[in-house]
Amino acid sequence: MLYEREALDTPEWWQGLDEMIERQHEQYPESVQTALIPLLHYVQNAFGYVPEKAINHIAQALGVPTAYVCGVASFYSYFSLEPKGAFTISVCLGTACFVRGAQAILDEFCRQLDVEAGGTTSDRIFTVSDSSRCLGACGQAPVVMIDDDVHAKVVAQDVADIVAEYEARARREMQAREERARADARSHVQ
Amino acid sequence: MAATETLAELKDAAKPHLEMEPERPQLLVGVATCANAAGARKTRAKLVEALEAAGLTDEVDLVQVGCVGACSREPLVEVRTPGEAPRMYVEVDEERAVEIVEQDLSGGKPIVAWLIDEGERIGEPAPHQTMARPGEINLFTRDWQNVGFFERQFRIALRNVGRIDPESIDDYLSVGGYAALAKMLDEMTSDDVIEVVTGSKLRGRGGAGFPTGMKWRFTAAEEETPKYIVCNADEGDPGAFMDRSTLEGDPHSVIEAMVIGGFAIGAERGYVYVRAEYPLAIRRLEKAIEEARERGILGENVLGTDFSFDVSLRLGAGAFVCGEETALIASMEGKRGMPRPRPPYPSQSGLWGKPTCINNVETLANIAPIILNGPEWFASIGTEESKGTKVFALAGNVNNTGLIEVPMGITLREIIFDLGAGIPGGREFKAAQTGGPSGGCLSQEYLDTPIDYDSLREAGAIMGSGGLIVMDDASCMVDIAKFFLTFTQDESCGRCTPCREGTRRMLEVLERISVGEGEERDFERLERLCNACTRASLCGLGQTAANPVISTLQHFRDEYVAHIDDRVCPAHICRALLHYEIAPDPCVGCGLCKRVCPVQCISGEPREPHVIDIDACTSCGACYEACKFDAIVRA
Repeated sequence: MLYEREALDTPEWWQGLDEMIERQHEQYPESVQTALIPLLHYVQNAFGYVPEKAINHIAQALGVPTAYVCGVASFYSYFSLEPKGAFTISVCLGTACFVRGAQAILDEFCRQLDVEAGGTTSDRIFTVSDSSRCLGACGQAPVVMIDDDVHAKVVAQDVADIVAEYEARARREMQAREERARADARSHVQ
Repeated sequence: MAATETLAELKDAAKPHLEMEPERPQLLVGVATCANAAGARKTRAKLVEALEAAGLTDEVDLVQVGCVGACSREPLVEVRTPGEAPRMYVEVDEERAVEIVEQDLSGGKPIVAWLIDEGERIGEPAPHQTMARPGEINLFTRDWQNVGFFERQFRIALRNVGRIDPESIDDYLSVGGYAALAKMLDEMTSDDVIEVVTGSKLRGRGGAGFPTGMKWRFTAAEEETPKYIVCNADEGDPGAFMDRSTLEGDPHSVIEAMVIGGFAIGAERGYVYVRAEYPLAIRRLEKAIEEARERGILGENVLGTDFSFDVSLRLGAGAFVCGEETALIASMEGKRGMPRPRPPYPSQSGLWGKPTCINNVETLANIAPIILNGPEWFASIGTEESKGTKVFALAGNVNNTGLIEVPMGITLREIIFDLGAGIPGGREFKAAQTGGPSGGCLSQEYLDTPIDYDSLREAGAIMGSGGLIVMDDASCMVDIAKFFLTFTQDESCGRCTPCREGTRRMLEVLERISVGEGEERDFERLERLCNACTRASLCGLGQTAANPVISTLQHFRDEYVAHIDDRVCPAHICRALLHYEIAPDPCVGCGLCKRVCPVQCISGEPREPHVIDIDACTSCGACYEACKFDAIVRA
């Protein structure tokens, strides 16, 4: 979740990354580059994307050019170099989902959220993925994955409800966060 | 102490979650990615609640298992009571979960209408252990051999999937797991193992069908060390989920085979390269590796012998091309996943330049039964050149979608109409697509072709990894070819020109045809591009990328002709070729179409027939779907 992710950019987090690099070095003494993809996963999991700062940091730690790290990160569709919305909507476009009408569902999400596939809504709540690969739940086709929730046998009419459900969740979380911030401020004053 | 004795001790100490002969009732809940999508997590939580409410928490064991394969009927809950035939409930939502606990478990009255076999076996005694193969114990065969959807199946690779708790090594041990490993360590040399695997005529299940024994022999013959064995679990074909299900349902079967393979080729390290898109499979593999290390099955001195072997995971990052072995190696080394020319083959120079043997998940899942039962047994199943069974992910427009394991040589008709129970909605069968983006579409006339590596290749498709997508007459074959080309074009790594440019140009032609701008010369263009891409590409991705185009051109040429000459899409799929009109007679002027139209191109007074402005219409079909009076005409 984005709201928690932003709080991650702390010195302790970066220290944790350095420790991970250290461990990877020990595990794969064969070649320093071997650590690269696990490291990118680690960063992506934390931030939801791979920020420039992390690319520079990793390049320096592994002693490889920044361009090399960028090249690898941009090659794999799992890594994103752009910030994402709080929720990523992945409409599976595997063959089974496709023949059961997944394209129409993707179009419907894009229409309702007013974004292109691959885009993020202006309120940064949703990103509609344009590179969802088969999720392997073909028996339940067509499926839509939102973060780790899998919605099965979706039809275009469900889209509005799904969007509303996650919007409400995002609002609740934002509200909770603001309340926490206010409470923090109050305790500070006292 | 011999390995078999060490294993016997482990087995004695094991506390499996699933008892072989249960002394009290057991509830098995299928928990896998597909089941979770259908709501299995909620079902499970509800079952826990209902058991508590009924006061049965301490009298019934609730166990999670992998996916038994009947995906379209999920979530599945199986009830096993001592001495009785198992009962499998289908489509168990929260409501049904409560009823099952109340009526069946508490009340002793099974709910016949929700059972997969419709109550056929109620009152029958628990099935006996009749067929011991393919492992020491084959629970699938014992419990479900002659029932409906499972009837024609024969399970070797999936022998334990859906039958044991995948997160418990004790469950795996109790069904004879690691017995093949112990037997090998005690009785066989590495040459013997290779001899057995070669004799079984097992061929690689990842797609190409290369003989596994030969691959092991090549790697074993290399002198350079260290050597590595890699399990290719980068299951990228859209519409294929055999490997996911195996890893989620029975991860130890793959680990056991990797240790056996490592021993055979002389490797001490194995890696599983698994897709990042499979979080549950990753978690279960991690757990399995950890438990195997705790029991001394992985690590120094495997089962107390002087052979050492360990396995670790490497995650993919969403690149289809990484299923190709040289690209997979590049990706493991932390590079862009681009293939390189072969030779040298990975068996000579693979991971970090060392001899490396790469096997697919399903291939490995077949190894332990082969070691236990011998090569003659395995070679007695299947056809002349394709031995054993194949797992297919049956999906698309078919009633029973799911995972099936069938003997080689079965026909498409048997799979689609017997196991799959035909096409839903009373529609006609049009095509079956095998082998994903590398495969081809087979038309009706191939329904009776026996499925094996060679017959499929002759028919213009390939076995591939096992995706089998059924399409009905509402599918447009030009659209399907375009779909696969969009995929391969996007996934082409860009290294070699024939693939990078060839897939893009083919896609452009198909896009033109699908919007009604095709020309007669496009046939020739496509054929030329297909030829170049197939013959000149560096790796399997490009060499097979044209297959969907070639096979649809071959079997469904008339559809291309309709798109090009008549500017029509016979299946009403290609949007630009569709026209919508409102028939004035059935139209009652309810205004529903007007409200759903995203471009406001429908006009009309209430209770008067409405009209579509053809020039503004985007042919989205929203009005067609919405109209309750069938007044919208599509042409």
